Amino acid sequence: MTGLLDTLLAGLALGAVYALVALGFVIIFKASHVMNFAHGSMLLLGGYLTAVLHEHLGFAAALAVGVLATAALAGAVDRVLLQRLPQDPKAAHVATIVTIGIDILLVTDLARRIGGDLLSLGDPWGDKVRTLGPVTVPDSRLAAVAVSALVIGAVFALFRYSRWGLSLRCAAEDTEAAALQGVRLGRTRMLAWCLAGALAALAAVFLAAFPATGLERTTGQIALKAFPAAILGGLASPVGALAGSLVIGLTEAFVITYQSDLHVLGDGLSDVAPYVVMILVLLVRPNGLFGAKGAVRV
Amino acid sequence: MPRASDEASTLRVENLDVTYGRAVSALRSVSLDVPPGSVVTLLGANGAGKTTLLRAVSGTLRLHRGAVTAGGIRYGDTALDGQDPVAAVRAGVVQVPEGRRVFAGLTVDENLRSGGLGLGRRTPERIKEGRDRVFALFPRLAERTKQQAGLLSGGEQQMLAMGRALMAAPRLLLLDEPSLGLAPQMVERIADVIREINAQGTSVLLVEQNAGMALALADHAHVLEVGEVRLSGPAGELARTDAVRRLYLGETSETGGTGETGETGETGETGETRGTRGTGAAAPAGTERGVA
Ligand SMILES: Nc1ncnc2c1ncn2[C@@H]1O[C@H](COP(=O)(O)OP(=O)(O)OP(=O)(O)O)[C@@H](O)[C@H]1O
Ligand SMILES: [Mg+2]
Repeated sequence: MTGLLDTLLAGLALGAVYALVALGFVIIFKASHVMNFAHGSMLLLGGYLTAVLHEHLGFAAALAVGVLATAALAGAVDRVLLQRLPQDPKAAHVATIVTIGIDILLVTDLARRIGGDLLSLGDPWGDKVRTLGPVTVPDSRLAAVAVSALVIGAVFALFRYSRWGLSLRCAAEDTEAAALQGVRLGRTRMLAWCLAGALAALAAVFLAAFPATGLERTTGQIALKAFPAAILGGLASPVGALAGSLVIGLTEAFVITYQSDLHVLGDGLSDVAPYVVMILVLLVRPNGLFGAKGAVRV
Repeated sequence: MPRASDEASTLRVENLDVTYGRAVSALRSVSLDVPPGSVVTLLGANGAGKTTLLRAVSGTLRLHRGAVTAGGIRYGDTALDGQDPVAAVRAGVVQVPEGRRVFAGLTVDENLRSGGLGLGRRTPERIKEGRDRVFALFPRLAERTKQQAGLLSGGEQQMLAMGRALMAAPRLLLLDEPSLGLAPQMVERIADVIREINAQGTSVLLVEQNAGMALALADHAHVLEVGEVRLSGPAGELARTDAVRRLYLGETSETGGTGETGETGETGETGETRGTRGTGAAAPAGTERGVA
């Protein structure tokens, strides 16, 4: 029973962190029809900056710099590079491939800097744990859930109530009609990239925090698990990204817990599980969990 | 009630050439004026270039790989050719696109909120003012604020598209075939609303296939044919010329008033008229319209 609760909480915490990543991925896709394969390396950049700065600046300021710098980089990639490409649906594929190039550049450089190190981000939670009734939970996990919930709530509020959010949703539905209302398409899109970059940098903190041992050069690859989360959620649906992330997080936690019982399937099952779940969901719901197209709800 | 002098709020299109994709010439030396407080209509068959002209004014040509290659567009002191759509909205010129193009997945309320997004931050009072005006013109929208726009009827969607544009408090409204696909009664309603909007001081450039409705509303009319202005004049006079009666009012000899034309527009009879016009370009576009 305790094992089950532990696993649930671990899954929830993982899902919450994946949600930060997947939500950004989905926002970018919704705003620009581009799949940002540089998302993982942007996450790594945010984490790296926090890691190298926290001793001088303290954790909070270092994180702020990491988040802002990553947001600026993501925005610049879109505005300076991707928005220059011809803007028709086919060009989105070109832009997607460009992000693969950016990913390789970023990862190569960061991997060279990080080497084989495990960098601490100086987060305030350390390896503290607390006992909540029958279960013992690391503070870092509680923080992951709480911070993600707050931030994701704020992002949804932005979507719904802010002028930027409305502009984004209008542009995603009908670019020309949005332009006719005076929506600044380029700026709206760029801000979406900025927000996604910021979310990724924030996620890096929790991916490096206890029970993980720190930021490594491969931490960005963890973001790959947020891709199936985004896709099984419906790719252009922020709510779907949230649901998909929870599904993936819980799946992973349960597979890790019961991996020993499943050893006939081989080791490393927890790495494969997100993709297995994605494929299973897509077999049943080809548009993803929340990917129903258009407004026609019968 | 034009706020400035006549010249300051006149739309002036002069010798405009528009080309798509560097090769397809869509407008050649088109000139027209929309004086403040007036309703001007632009008639023409499918593919004549009516929408192209509106795109040039609203700054959306670029989204279609089109460009103004000669001539100019001014609204008062503001040059609009080559500008982005925000410039037009800010200058007080707002377009309601062909086919309504409401944001289907958004609510009626959100659609209205989207109108005038280009005007920057506005006070809640200003937004409420705009909304009250829209609901006074279209009471039906007031009952459906939380409904998804995609679930509205065609007529309601046209109302929403017009209401959305009005939220930006335009001084000049560009309407692209507001009667498209609507039943005669609804066409009447829309015509009444256009009269009302105009009476409130907004000038209107009305693109129509439904010449009966348009000529009844407009002060001035232009007929566009394959990218060129073929006829221009006061709407009443144009309605009496043989060419317009035959080609756009669907009359064979002595029959029919303008009211009837509104109906035949829905039955495909006008499609037939267009087909026999003999301008090669009109035929494929005509079939497209039939599907839409
Ligand atoms: N994006 C485009 N690329 C190339 N040519 C275009 C494009 N849009 C329109 N055209 C061409 O420009 C000409 C004018 O088209 P336009 O849409 O302005 O006509 P219209 O008068 O609005 O017709 P309709 O009554 O069917 O709406 C047509 O020959 C059309 O094929
Ligand atoms: Mg048209």
